[in-house]
Amino acid sequence: MTEPLLRLDDVRATLRLRGGEQTLLDGVSLTIGEGESLGLVGESGSGKSLTTRAITRMLDPAFRVTGEIAFDGASVLSMNPAALRRYRSRDVGMIFQDPRAHVNPVHRVGDFLTESLVRDRGVDRREAERRAVVLLDEVGVRNPEQRLRQYPHELSGGLLQRVMIASVLLAEPRLILADEPTTALDVTAQSDVMAILEEQRRARGLALLFITHDLELAAACCDRLAVMYAGQIVEQGEHVYEAPSHPYTIELLGARPSIDERVDRLPVLRYDRATHELLKAEAS
Amino acid sequence: MTTPSTMSLAVARVRDRRRATGFARRTADRLGVVGCIAATILLVIALAAAFAPLVAPYDPDYPDLLASLSGPSPAHLLGTDALGRDILSRLIWGSRITLAGPGLVIVIATVVGTLLALLAAWRGGRTDTAVAWVLDILFAVPGIVFALIAVAIWGPSLATVVGGLAIAYVPYVARVVRGASLRERRMPYVSAAWLQGQSGTGITFTQILPNVQPIVVAQAVSSLGFAVIELAAVSFLGLGVQPPTADLGLMVKSGFDSVLRGHPAEAIAAGTLIVLIVWCVTVIGDRLTSSARSMR
Repeated sequence: MTEPLLRLDDVRATLRLRGGEQTLLDGVSLTIGEGESLGLVGESGSGKSLTTRAITRMLDPAFRVTGEIAFDGASVLSMNPAALRRYRSRDVGMIFQDPRAHVNPVHRVGDFLTESLVRDRGVDRREAERRAVVLLDEVGVRNPEQRLRQYPHELSGGLLQRVMIASVLLAEPRLILADEPTTALDVTAQSDVMAILEEQRRARGLALLFITHDLELAAACCDRLAVMYAGQIVEQGEHVYEAPSHPYTIELLGARPSIDERVDRLPVLRYDRATHELLKAEAS
Repeated sequence: MTTPSTMSLAVARVRDRRRATGFARRTADRLGVVGCIAATILLVIALAAAFAPLVAPYDPDYPDLLASLSGPSPAHLLGTDALGRDILSRLIWGSRITLAGPGLVIVIATVVGTLLALLAAWRGGRTDTAVAWVLDILFAVPGIVFALIAVAIWGPSLATVVGGLAIAYVPYVARVVRGASLRERRMPYVSAAWLQGQSGTGITFTQILPNVQPIVVAQAVSSLGFAVIELAAVSFLGLGVQPPTADLGLMVKSGFDSVLRGHPAEAIAAGTLIVLIVWCVTVIGDRLTSSARSMR
């Protein structure tokens, strides 16, 4: 088997606290191949965002991370600072949940888009702006030339998320990490942004790790799904949505509201930490 | 996608008009009415000081001993001092040092203080603790003590006093900027830039500094008022600018002797001008501070 683009092998992140230790990522293993998309779903606090932080080595120093994270065969956890910078700026691109908070409010959109190209890649300023305009146009931003001169506060949330996507695409990474990119947007903007992200990703053959708590959305646009609970991946594969096998996934899918039938009350999830521990003990 | 509505066109037009007037308009908005008045007064004083050779009616150092301590007259609008020098001319020339000296103090203190604050905020941990300690110690010592120590070592002169006060004013700027930088450092856009592979130095100067810049300016201007008073006080003590150079603090001192002989004009004129300058600077500083706060 050839080496996948990204491979996480038994990754554990332990937070050292005054009263002891708490394991927040408990043996996460997953792979993403070149050009493949993986949807990572799970409830709040299950460790989805922590996983992306571990992949980019952006976890707080208070965490102890063990296991193996390999990008294109190179171990991320043992990279030196220069290699790490290179990996962050060229190999992975990150799209955040709240674009407004992740863009410097005093920089113009154009500067935000072009600064890393000009600084790190030695691209001529004019050329960088030209590329930015082309990309903004591709992600559906109207009047891209005018947008370049505007400040983030002059743009709507949906528009800013497109700018964010364009900024990631500009860096030409091989893997995109999208941490709930649509959660802060309204429903119509959500579907627009997802469609654009998916279209651009396919056209460029980029790999995607898509984090969400929207199972349907993840199932619709990802090649494979992985379901997380309590810092572990409980189930992953291509047919998780159609044929779930883990009790948590089955319950989760059973609790979806449907427009086909009328129900007074949605079932309550009975799967909890205790059940989880019990199942784990049985399995081993 | 929306079509451009009448509303958005109107908004765009208003914005264009705003932009056309640019920097002056924005500054005026930030200063308010009183702030604008203060800025105008300060500008007039500064211009008069800058073009002192053209504006001043007499040579400030020419002693007309026969006309000493004459009261205000058409020839000498504010009268003459004990040596018969024209008070108005000396005020105009004296404003030069009274503005430039503290100005230099604040420029040095702001540059050093901001760099220290950014370093502390970015490095965090022990560096931050060490810088905070040093700043607290400096802050505990009155500025005038630094000026006196500097004078004790290098002898009385303007440069010595400016150097001593500059050290004393570093914490005035650094403490506030450090706090603001620490707040900015925790903002998501900083970690986003970090994730893009930007270096720590790059992030500090291109991401954090532009965001704390209004606070830096506001704090620098606010401190300027204190610096004016302290430099004048040092001159008054006879440790800064040396006679016969015209300086407002020095004029208060020499005027002080005349007051006892019944001629208060020099002391009052110089004292009033100092108060006026400090008032203007303080008002502008306050306005800038509150508008910098409201941006957050």
